[in-house]
Amino acid sequence: MTGTARETLLEIDDLTVRLASGAARPVLDGVALRVARGESVGLVGESGSGKSVTSRAALGLLPAGATATGTVRVAGDDVLTMSAARLRELRRREVAMVFQDPRASINPVRRIGDFVTEGLRAGGTPARAARATAEELLEAVGITDPRRALRRFPHEFSGGMLQRVMIAGALAGGPRLLLADEPTTALDVTTQAEVIAILTRLQAERGTGLLFVTHDLDLAAAVCDRIYVMYAGRIVEEQTAEGLFARPRHPYTAGLLAATPRMGSGEPPRGVPGRPVSLAENPEGCAFAARCRLAAPECAAERPALRLVDGVSVACHRAEEPIHD
Amino acid sequence: MTAVHLERRALLRRLHGGDVMQTAALIVLALIVLVAVFAPWIAPHDPNGLDLSAALGGASGDHPLGTDESGRDVLSRLIYGARTGLLGPLVVVVVSTALGAAVGVAAAWCGGWVDALLSRAMDLVFALPGLLLAIVLVAVFGPGLTAPTVAMSIAYVPYVGRLVRNVAVQEATRPYVQSYRVQGWSGWTICLRHLVPNIAPLVLAQSAMNFGYALMDLAALSFLGFGVQPPGADWGAMINNGANALLQGAAMPALAPGAAIVVAVVAFGVVGEGVADRVAKREA
Amino acid sequence: MALFLVKRLAGMVATLVATSLAVFGSLYLAPGDPATFLMKGRPVTPETLAAIRAQYHLDDSFAVQYAKWIGNVLTGDFGRSVQFRQDVGGLVASRLPTTLWLVAYAALLILVVGLAVGALAALRRGAADRIVLIGTGMANATPAFVAAIGLISLFSVKLHWFPAFGNGSGFGGRISHLTLPAIALALTFAGLLARVTRSAMLEELAREHVEVARSRGVPGAAVVRRHVLRNSLGPISTVTGTIVAGLLVSTSIVETAFGLSGVGQLLVSSVTVKDFPVVQAVSLLVVFAFVAANLLVDLLQPLIDPRVKGAAR
Repeated sequence: MTGTARETLLEIDDLTVRLASGAARPVLDGVALRVARGESVGLVGESGSGKSVTSRAALGLLPAGATATGTVRVAGDDVLTMSAARLRELRRREVAMVFQDPRASINPVRRIGDFVTEGLRAGGTPARAARATAEELLEAVGITDPRRALRRFPHEFSGGMLQRVMIAGALAGGPRLLLADEPTTALDVTTQAEVIAILTRLQAERGTGLLFVTHDLDLAAAVCDRIYVMYAGRIVEEQTAEGLFARPRHPYTAGLLAATPRMGSGEPPRGVPGRPVSLAENPEGCAFAARCRLAAPECAAERPALRLVDGVSVACHRAEEPIHD
Repeated sequence: MTAVHLERRALLRRLHGGDVMQTAALIVLALIVLVAVFAPWIAPHDPNGLDLSAALGGASGDHPLGTDESGRDVLSRLIYGARTGLLGPLVVVVVSTALGAAVGVAAAWCGGWVDALLSRAMDLVFALPGLLLAIVLVAVFGPGLTAPTVAMSIAYVPYVGRLVRNVAVQEATRPYVQSYRVQGWSGWTICLRHLVPNIAPLVLAQSAMNFGYALMDLAALSFLGFGVQPPGADWGAMINNGANALLQGAAMPALAPGAAIVVAVVAFGVVGEGVADRVAKREA
Repeated sequence: MALFLVKRLAGMVATLVATSLAVFGSLYLAPGDPATFLMKGRPVTPETLAAIRAQYHLDDSFAVQYAKWIGNVLTGDFGRSVQFRQDVGGLVASRLPTTLWLVAYAALLILVVGLAVGALAALRRGAADRIVLIGTGMANATPAFVAAIGLISLFSVKLHWFPAFGNGSGFGGRISHLTLPAIALALTFAGLLARVTRSAMLEELAREHVEVARSRGVPGAAVVRRHVLRNSLGPISTVTGTIVAGLLVSTSIVETAFGLSGVGQLLVSSVTVKDFPVVQAVSLLVVFAFVAANLLVDLLQPLIDPRVKGAAR
């Protein structure tokens, strides 16, 4: 794998998460994932692929009533088994998340300053120091007159500005690992680029590890060094952003790339045919086989494991063969 | 206030999510109605038959719930009490529902100053607690079932009226109503054929709730001596009457009608909630 | 905000004027001649009748009578009680402490029990929730006078823990005399508040910002306090406003049931003997309290939810 020279921050191994209600397959099935210090890692997939569940697991947040096996280590400590007090400490100081919809994620009846400093205050930071930190952070995310902004309410901000507030709030505890769950999906196109720029700049400045969850492969490639592609609760491919665009190894990745409209290519985008596998179905073989143009009989019979092909991790029986698009 | 009112309606919701409670409540209501209708045939004694020698007798074979301080059979009075107990609320609900629906639909359909005027008027009535209105009317017209029933009929209009108005305003802006209008249907036709069937179940649910609350309020007025006058058998009046016996250790003359009121109110609440739930499910 | 305040105050005054007109008007229209009633059927000479009519301004037109009455009311003069031959203002004032004690006691019970029970049901689902739902459903369906006889029969007659009648004197006596009435008064409303609290908190618990707060390492108790309870205050304050108003009306029932000489009981006894000045004064007082409580709740809304800026209702 690339980037292993640096200290590993987040190590997810064999993470399997089952929902309480009788779903036919686990939401996550044997997921393994690494994020190193200062590294930007993308996690890409369709909605329902389990990418959000994976990223939330790094905070010890599981869907209500779900059971998990495997390990989720942050700097060596297993998040899934640690004490409640240690978990709160971890959430305040080490791992923080930028959520998708700032409007829903920030309490509308409390002040901005309250939101930004909440984790710090819960950790025992004195009010004055917390406020000073918050002011610096709001300044850093490009909010004018941060002192006044601290006293204002969420509804007085636009969505883009509020997402900046959320980034400031996530950085308040000085985390080593930042999780971003579709951080720009709820925003206007014009503000998306600004928010991404702020996020990546601050991440680079602070040497924070970043797990960037998105359904947008192009965006992931622009932000990340390395990208994991998820399908139906499993990692199906992992390689560098350049490698992924140059030569996708999994037919699903190739399908995602072909589905993105591209300027100047002259070709219309093609969607991935069929529909994602629901939680109610648990196909015997490769979960993608039903939608795959290259599917062979073995694909429906046996589930492919992740294996290294030319330095790329891919879970496909036919990974050695070229994919013609 | 609408939120509170909705909450009143939402009372007992999850508890009675099961159809078991619904069925039980319906059976209870049916029993009460049957008892009220066939009171003369069911009651073991004359509800007003005095027998001072048997005053405050405990439960016996002849008097299953004992006798009150005038020696009247408590069970018989309870059975006859169901008549006034149901009649008053019935009038209140019918009148207030009819008035409320008319006012609500008119406000929603006409809009503008009519809506403003009717809504203000409903706010005003809402600001006058029903019980107080009833007490004032009793002061004017004297005690009896009439004044309290009239007062409650007025006081409950805003409950139905606001509900109907809000739902009707929502319905009226729905695309299907617009499209009928564009097709040249008359307002009345749309109103009768589409608005009313859509609103009716909600109003029904509200009315069932109101029935229970009206029963409570009217019984309270009888308890105060403003409603049914002695010697008439009425649950509220029985409690008033039995309060003295209570201190002499005879609890049944007051507790039996008290229990009857609670059971009836709960049953109406459950049924109203069931209807409301069904509406909510249909909408979802 | 200032405009909002002015608008709300104007609405409050309009409501009071309309209800005072209604109250005064309905009593004005009452069948029977008040003057004859005043003499309680005693034979009177036309001269004394005329004197009484003059004393009570019964010969003026409705508008003049109303204007005189409302003018006096504004200066605190509610007229004279026919029943007690005493100034209504002083009469009501002498009865008010008992009623206010009762209402305050009941309000305390309602707030503490209602909030605690509602929060318990919302936070501990399952068995506790079901028990609370059944209990609050029954409580809400139990009118105050039924609760009163139940409490008297159990705690006064059987157990002798609390007195069944009377006002009591001194702080301790007052508390012990008002305990059962306060419970009877509180029962229905506590059930209602618990229901509202429960559903408001459940709604807030499901919100994303609550999970976000947890994801940031905020301890559970702080999440409940700062995000769930805080955000539930809107519906809770609204229902509290209507409860406060409802309490005042229900005191007439509870005070009658427990033989407390408060304002509610005064209203009931005045209605019975057609003591109209008292009925008018108490009715106006109740409506005033109702409107004032709702105005207060409306004014609180922008503080509770900053998104509401004066556009309440």
